[in-house]
Amino acid sequence: MATRYEQVMARKGEIMKRALGMDYAQFERSPIAFDYEAMMSAHGYTLERIRAIQRAAGVGLTPLLELRNLTDLVRSYAEPGHGARIFVKDEAANMAGSFKDRRASMSIHVAAEKGFAGVIAATSGNYGAAVASQAARAGLSCIICQETFDSRHVGQPEIVEKSRICEAFGAEVVQMTVGPELFFHMLELLEETGYLSASLYSPFGVSGIESLGAELAEEMIALTGAPPTHVVVTHAGGGNTTGTARGLERVGAHDSVVVSASVDLSGLHMASDTDFNRKSFTTGHTGFGVPFATWPDRSDVPRNAARSLRYMDRYLTVTQGEVFYVTEALSKLEGLERGPSGNTAMAAAVSLARELPSGATVVVQETEYTGAGKHHWSQLAFARAQGIEVRAGDPAENVPGKTIVIPERPEQIRAHDVDLTRLRRSYIRNALAHAPEGYEPTPEDVVFLAEDTNTTPSAVEEVIAGLRVG
Amino acid sequence: MADTIRCDVGDWVEIEYVLLTAEDRAAGIPEDTAAQPLRAWVKGFALSPAMIGDEVSVETMSGRVVRGHLSETEPGYSHTFGTPPAEIVSIGRDLRARISAYRPKGGE
Repeated sequence: MATRYEQVMARKGEIMKRALGMDYAQFERSPIAFDYEAMMSAHGYTLERIRAIQRAAGVGLTPLLELRNLTDLVRSYAEPGHGARIFVKDEAANMAGSFKDRRASMSIHVAAEKGFAGVIAATSGNYGAAVASQAARAGLSCIICQETFDSRHVGQPEIVEKSRICEAFGAEVVQMTVGPELFFHMLELLEETGYLSASLYSPFGVSGIESLGAELAEEMIALTGAPPTHVVVTHAGGGNTTGTARGLERVGAHDSVVVSASVDLSGLHMASDTDFNRKSFTTGHTGFGVPFATWPDRSDVPRNAARSLRYMDRYLTVTQGEVFYVTEALSKLEGLERGPSGNTAMAAAVSLARELPSGATVVVQETEYTGAGKHHWSQLAFARAQGIEVRAGDPAENVPGKTIVIPERPEQIRAHDVDLTRLRRSYIRNALAHAPEGYEPTPEDVVFLAEDTNTTPSAVEEVIAGLRVG
Repeated sequence: MADTIRCDVGDWVEIEYVLLTAEDRAAGIPEDTAAQPLRAWVKGFALSPAMIGDEVSVETMSGRVVRGHLSETEPGYSHTFGTPPAEIVSIGRDLRARISAYRPKGGE
């Protein structure tokens, strides 16, 4: 007999079709290809309309700040003529404390417009707070499904804080133990309540981030006379990279290099009960960043609007210790006390700025709120209590889940490039593996795969031929 | 002092319940996770008096009625800012000194 889990999962298609507020089937072109741009524009909102909706919701228009002290610090040890100017978009100034308000404002707008009584989102991140806050303003009910505890009922303090803030905004928070069946329970709740699934990966949500890319480009033009040469984006599920890059393009900032950045958590299993509390970052890490880049359609929507390989020009990783160091530095040098997860891109930017000429401009496109639980002191105390070794030294000695090494000097902060060719190859392998057995990719599929990996059809054909041999 | 082992009707409380037993969990999850039931906690207004550990129903903020075992009365939060880690506290002092040394004297 089928278990309750299997019974609910068998109804996934019909539950999601009603709960998503749109029909994804219309965009499918083949077992591999779909019409991405048609899906992204089906909601009919122009960038101007999105900005108007967000202004009415109290979202966006956050300060863009030049970080002169951090820039001078980097220049103090960079090669002569090097050390780019560093800027930050202070997204923590949004109502619920992060750029996720931009996504949530669009999901809630759609929910209200389509007459849903409430929304449900599965998230342990800042998105929960954003959805809860926006739902409160719109008078909608809100349920947040959150992976909070290990089987000992011990909660990562960052996630526990996110439970608190969601409840502060009037959401019902279902706190769960570790496991991918979070999605199963979300389906049960969608079926029970008839609410909208406010997925992080819907076209509405990801389009909501386009305003961030557009704003920062316009503000940089006003401040420096040109769009930024580089934009560094903390990368997890891919929405931040996708939305920001699309926003940059919308206002003509085609030459800005989009650099995604994640905390290196390689070796830790995201669904493991014992690994769960051995990480100090609950998002912005490679445990999401790599799998979502190489197979975005693993998400809770039929087709993920966040497709980061289309947009990332580089992908950097930094260590937990490097991010904690930079978080403290940002606070002491710039008067910006912000959350460590949101400072992942900041740590990568400190490394990147050092290798760039002093005329270059690097914009870190987000910050997040901090406080009890999220604060880097709190995170380090928790890591120690879980048996993680925390020490000062060379961050190259960092071992995810075992050792957090806090740099002794800023020169030791060195981001590492992830090989994008390898990620593209992995994505193409996954796309082929998800097609029916024996399916032959058509020329149209090859064009789609080239667009989805930001390469050329001939490069895709080469990868496909290589996969057949190997 | 508030009673922390029992609740009355209308009190804001937390309940615990099992969503999936270990046998019913999804295939393919790591062994350590598969050995445990999938448990959940939710807060709401108690619909009947109960003692800690008793079965009780609550009405949540979204208006759902959920049944589970009373796990906490007056469920609050106690996460903190932590304590200053020795590896972190000197960063601000050291970096300010480096910036001062780097900048030309008497100007920006």
